[in-house]
Amino acid sequence: MFGGILALIALAAFFGLILGLAAIVFKVESSPIVEQIDALLPQTQCGQCSFAGCRPYAEAIAAGDAPINLCPPGGENTVQALADLLDVEVLPLEEEENADLGPMVAIIIEDTCIGCTLCIQACPVDAILGAAKQMHTVIESECTGCELCVAPCPVDCIEMVPVKQTLKSWRWPVPQYTVNNEAAASIFATVDQALAENTRP
Amino acid sequence: MGEYFLLLVSTILVNNFVLVKFLGLCPFMGSSRKLEVASGMALATTFVLTLSSASSYLVNQYILIPLEIEYLRTIAFILVIAAVVNFTEMLVHKTSPMLYQVLGMFLPLITTNCAVLGVALLNVQTGYGFFESILFGFGAAVGFSMVMILFSSIRERLAAADVPEIFQGAPIALITAGIMSIAFLGFTGLDRGLN
Repeated sequence: MFGGILALIALAAFFGLILGLAAIVFKVESSPIVEQIDALLPQTQCGQCSFAGCRPYAEAIAAGDAPINLCPPGGENTVQALADLLDVEVLPLEEEENADLGPMVAIIIEDTCIGCTLCIQACPVDAILGAAKQMHTVIESECTGCELCVAPCPVDCIEMVPVKQTLKSWRWPVPQYTVNNEAAASIFATVDQALAENTRP
Repeated sequence: MGEYFLLLVSTILVNNFVLVKFLGLCPFMGSSRKLEVASGMALATTFVLTLSSASSYLVNQYILIPLEIEYLRTIAFILVIAAVVNFTEMLVHKTSPMLYQVLGMFLPLITTNCAVLGVALLNVQTGYGFFESILFGFGAAVGFSMVMILFSSIRERLAAADVPEIFQGAPIALITAGIMSIAFLGFTGLDRGLN
């Protein structure tokens, strides 16, 4: 048994030595700024920044090809640290969902509403019901999600929420093009045309 | 020669590592969303599998068997494979930045993949010689690469397909993998037929 332990330790020590030497001998000089950026990233290699890992993202930041706010695992702290390091402005963390949430609708938090009617005046489609000093509410079926009512509200009681999907409102998702964009686009153009001719009920 | 050809065909098609032996499913599901990533992964796996079957054969033959510590095979193989792959990664990084761009980030990821360890252990269990081991590892890797590329191409098309919402993403990918696996079962007995 001790023989086995010794043999494994010897093997591990041997490989450790080789790797240690290799790290010195085959050291690759890379741009120090990339190193510094890479050190600030969380090294989860999750790819949520759309780069293949933390290091490619660091290289892209260093080259100025990518903003500093694409790292959800790192959160605000990473953005802050990157902004300090690179002496650029702090950007709010890119919320990936924003693009995917689909149509939005405004809702009024009725406990907070003071009945000032400012949002009613702002609404271009008359989708907000209410009167002065009365609680207001949004007619969801009329709301276009334009967000014009959000800014005028003095008590910030209007929130934009994604439209809840029902069996009636569900639609086939838009195809996502990946490789071969042109070929795919032409195929989808044909499909779209065919769909337009036989619209689903 | 015919024997080696048979070994290749049998590992690539009949005993495909992913779809028949169900090894290496993690990269199979995880990095098959895009064709480019999948081909990078496939290349890196080919590299690692071939290398690891060679090195694990040497370690088994010249260290484990003479010392009579075959029961430490699994842990010794993990150690050797990880070390050799890391060493190669450094070497590639230094000597060929181009190749490093293609393989670099995948190499550490698949070092401890079950397909890699599986090949090394199966080599020993079946009693393959040095050259056969390398061929077996290479064949397994080619099979893996083929399935990776097939599957990622299918998934790229699936992304644009009319998939009902509850099946979108992982469920339809798993169903697709299952159907592919059934299709690969059709190769059963092919190696016996060729023999």
